[in-house]
Amino acid sequence: MWEKLRDDFYQNFIVDDRWKYIVDGLQNTLKITFFAVLIGILLGFVVAIIRSTYENTGKLKILNAICSVYLTVIRGTPVVVQLMIMYFIIFAFHDPGQIFTAILAFGINSGAYVAEIFRSGISSIERGQFEAGRSLGFNYAQTMLFIIMPQAFKNVVPTLANEFIVLLKETSVAGYIGLQDLTKGGDIIKSRTYNAFMPLISVAIIYLIMVMVFSYLVTLLERRLHKSEH
Amino acid sequence: MKKNVILIAAAVCMAAALTACGGSGTKTETTAKASEKAGAESSATETKAGESATGGKLVMVTNAEFPPYEFHEKNEIVGIDAEIAKAIADKLGMEIEIQDMAFDSLIPAVQTGKADFTAAGMTINEDRKKNVDFTDTYAKAAQVIIVKEGSDIVEPDNLEGKKIGVQTGTTGDIYAADIKDGDIKRYNKGMDAVMALTQDKIDAVVIDREPAKVFVKNNAGLKVLDKAFTEEEYAIAVKKGNTELLEKLNGAIKDLKDSGELQKIVDKYITAE
Repeated sequence: MWEKLRDDFYQNFIVDDRWKYIVDGLQNTLKITFFAVLIGILLGFVVAIIRSTYENTGKLKILNAICSVYLTVIRGTPVVVQLMIMYFIIFAFHDPGQIFTAILAFGINSGAYVAEIFRSGISSIERGQFEAGRSLGFNYAQTMLFIIMPQAFKNVVPTLANEFIVLLKETSVAGYIGLQDLTKGGDIIKSRTYNAFMPLISVAIIYLIMVMVFSYLVTLLERRLHKSEH
Repeated sequence: MKKNVILIAAAVCMAAALTACGGSGTKTETTAKASEKAGAESSATETKAGESATGGKLVMVTNAEFPPYEFHEKNEIVGIDAEIAKAIADKLGMEIEIQDMAFDSLIPAVQTGKADFTAAGMTINEDRKKNVDFTDTYAKAAQVIIVKEGSDIVEPDNLEGKKIGVQTGTTGDIYAADIKDGDIKRYNKGMDAVMALTQDKIDAVVIDREPAKVFVKNNAGLKVLDKAFTEEEYAIAVKKGNTELLEKLNGAIKDLKDSGELQKIVDKYITAE
């Protein structure tokens, strides 16, 4: 059995430098996830502020309507469909590169979920905090930024981390636009060696390790954030 | 007041935790179900394979996005391979069930006994021979190059250093990997590669000749280069060591060839130029 495993390993990773498919794919997966997370946070932050402001003050009616449409459309359609629309329809006549297309598609997708996470964080902070800020002389934006947001952020860290874990794994559909991500790298090896076990299990383990490392970092962050409570 | 804040925060966290639990709970359940189903299916196929000695059902897998060899039409998988498979099943007095899956999953499906054979415009090559047994060939084929009209690629040698679209796991993909400095973009479907070509995302597509003709016919501004990238032959693949089925298939293919039925099926889908 060990001999067969060693043989399979040799066939799937060593012959023709096949391990490069995995390494190249991993790089692309990390690249896409990292930048998509950044776009997601930025977009989610802005949308959450707009929606909360509308809820609290009734201002920004039009922006709020736009955000509602954005949330409905993005959360109402599968990410792989959005990815293909981005590649084959939105960028039909101009090619900004597959990686960029994927980053944009996943970033915009993630933004919708992050927005709702932030909004739930903001509404978890009691209104009294807001009033306190205003009575101390802060204006609306300052109250939001210096009083509400820091507390809200602490509340949403676990959910936010969950969203990024989901995002990392969702990028596995990037192969649909001919992009070679980690999953596709495994698929390519599988298509060369006709061996499903070795490439798929390796890919699964790599995702698992990435998520475990990330979860550990989040735990450290949470511990740090809770220090102030003691 | 502080208590309230903590309470609300706790409620939010709990709600989040509950939702998370609910989500993952259902997920594992479905996976469990799916694997159960897969298990049931594979055991069902095994009994089927056992039955096949006395008639019964043949399970064929293919990638039905490969016209004119196999494609979906009116809720059915049709095409040259599908009809040949039906004709073979008729000859053997068996029923046929055709399943559609990704091209790169076909050989693993046959290897693990989830299907009896695959007929998918599959070229015989050395690597594949190590993993499955091939029947006698039933069709000649070639990998050709599709480019935009007016492209500076006029023969296979021009592909050097270009962006080349292929379908993952096809012979086009495998041979294109040898192109010097080639930037290979691997799509799940041949049509996706062709679409990327029409949108100038890639410079050329390497794919089998007959599907290439269909793709070019359906997309204005594309052409197939006269000089083929490689010449090759298609055959049906069965699980390694399943000589009983292999001999039956070979017998049926020979009969179909001799009676001219095979040519009739091919002519139905491929009109002479």
